[in-house]
Amino acid sequence: MIPRHLKFGIAAMALAALAMGFFAGRERRLARQLEPPVTDSRPVAPPPSGATEQVTLYVAYDDPGVLLPQSSVIPLPSGRQQRAEELLHALMDVYAAKISQHPLGPGADIRNVYLVDPGLAVIDLNAAFASGHRSGILVEELTVVSLVETLTANIPGITRVKILVNGKEQDTLAGHADLSRIYEAATTGELLNQMRAQ
Amino acid sequence: MLLAASLPGASDEKRIAIYSLVANYSLPVYDQGGQDYVGLLEILEPLGTVTSQTNGTRWRLRYNDLETQFTANASRARIQNHDFDLPANFVLASGRGLVSLSSLGTLLPQILGGPVTFHENSRRLYIGSVGVHFTAQMGGGNPPALVMSFTSPVNPRIATEPGKVQMLFTREPLMAPSSTTLTFDSKNVPSATYQENNGAAEIIVNTRVPLFASFSDNGRTITLSPAAQGKAAEAAASNAPFTSPNEIAPSETATPPTPTPPVNNPPAVFAVVDASHGGEERGAMLSEQISEKDVTLAFARRLKQQLDAKGLPTVIVRDGDNALTVDQRADLVNQAHPRIYICIHASSLGKGARVYTGLLPPANGESSGPLLNWNTAQAGFLVLSQSVAAGLTQELQNEHLTARQLAAPIRPLNNIATAAVAIEVAPNGDVASLESADYQASVANSIATSIVNMRTRLESGQ
Repeated sequence: MIPRHLKFGIAAMALAALAMGFFAGRERRLARQLEPPVTDSRPVAPPPSGATEQVTLYVAYDDPGVLLPQSSVIPLPSGRQQRAEELLHALMDVYAAKISQHPLGPGADIRNVYLVDPGLAVIDLNAAFASGHRSGILVEELTVVSLVETLTANIPGITRVKILVNGKEQDTLAGHADLSRIYEAATTGELLNQMRAQ
Repeated sequence: MLLAASLPGASDEKRIAIYSLVANYSLPVYDQGGQDYVGLLEILEPLGTVTSQTNGTRWRLRYNDLETQFTANASRARIQNHDFDLPANFVLASGRGLVSLSSLGTLLPQILGGPVTFHENSRRLYIGSVGVHFTAQMGGGNPPALVMSFTSPVNPRIATEPGKVQMLFTREPLMAPSSTTLTFDSKNVPSATYQENNGAAEIIVNTRVPLFASFSDNGRTITLSPAAQGKAAEAAASNAPFTSPNEIAPSETATPPTPTPPVNNPPAVFAVVDASHGGEERGAMLSEQISEKDVTLAFARRLKQQLDAKGLPTVIVRDGDNALTVDQRADLVNQAHPRIYICIHASSLGKGARVYTGLLPPANGESSGPLLNWNTAQAGFLVLSQSVAAGLTQELQNEHLTARQLAAPIRPLNNIATAAVAIEVAPNGDVASLESADYQASVANSIATSIVNMRTRLESGQ
């Protein structure tokens, strides 16, 4: 026979478990009501559409420190600005590859490319691009010329390029390459010739 | 010699100026319990081979072959197995050994084995016989000019106020004259005073007329002429061995600012070596322990030694752990009017060295008369810079180092009004080689040899 005090104990514990279950369920409902709706209202870039085209990406190779043209076939939209952005995203994909010859920092990306008439393109890098970039004259120069040449070589009419970081002008990319200036296609073209050879 | 910003007087920070035959430099002064302290290792580093080791409260320092040992918060030290009493306790702060300024006058001769003169109130430390002395007297001419003669070339910063001309010597080990007040038998220039403060020396010339300064005798003579005579003095000075653009003309007769093209005569400063980065701006982290700013400073000091030894007077823009903007660096270089500017960088990428010249836009900025556009001041010198870079690259390759010549969008190359190159030194093997004394000496020697080979061309400016 079960002693009486044990029966009371079991009954009390069962009651406590029921009460706690009820309390927990109520709190969960309240929390759900307070939570904002789990929806992301940010615009999502549509996948690139349009016919694929062959473009020339100017890709940096840290070893031996050269910049070489690389043909690539990518879908390109018809709008000039969208084309410019897709070109640089294709370049970013090359640098983001697992075995990259010129790795950029984690999260490095192009925020926007603006085409400003006459002939001026503005590349807006995200903050991670600059903060995670390796510091040094050559390594920064390779990145800058790679961006500028890829843009000017594939989008007719772009003769000058300005590089911003997170929407703002920055003195240098990572302590060396000057970002306060505007890069002229003619000047970087000469530099490209130097950087194609070891 | 040093450029102004690396020495006290250029900022409000408390600093000590150190002058020696090997290098002139400045260091920050720290307050410890109301007393001024300075890092002992930092004082000795430019003077010889120095290492330190911390073991609990003990701090051992080895300078060349001399062993010393200090104990934190104690005034007794051991120098080569002999006790030495410091006037104030030794301080160990984050592994750095600090000694009071009051102890330098007695401690340093023990370590360096030579005489040291320390002006404690103005924090100017002279190691060995390095002092520059001067005399001042009224010279001939009508009206008479004040002629100041120095025992070594000088290049002070000159500023004017109504009634006086101030000459600030931040880079020269100027010594006080027998009397700090000099009087002249002249109505226009009755007197001058000498004073020292925060590591800098200053001569203030009291005047009743606007004065015009010109440099001659390779920077050893400064002539202060009444402005009416100024143009004639300027013409004469242009034929002198060295002229400075720091002409002063109070108020209405102010001359254009630098940069101006140099004259075709050897200047007091042949080369300016710039150790890039500094202070909180560390540059590239070459490894977990090695910062670019430290490597560039070491290279710059070695290069200065090599160039000085080859008879090319050289100054360093940054000879301590201080930060300078690129505009400040360019301004200092252009004021010094050297024949060549060499900016040192370091990188863990690749190997050998890369020699860079400026990357100017196709349409050069407009220049007006003696004034050059700041952003394209290099334009008139780019061909010479490229020629220098080619010579440097060749010389480095002759020494079996990997070397390459490129243009680069890095400042302040485009702001420099003389031949200008940047050299990015990469490892010779692993990254640690950047700190190797042998490797640094080898690269510095190649650079110095190449500069010597191009001396005539640099002096002609073509």
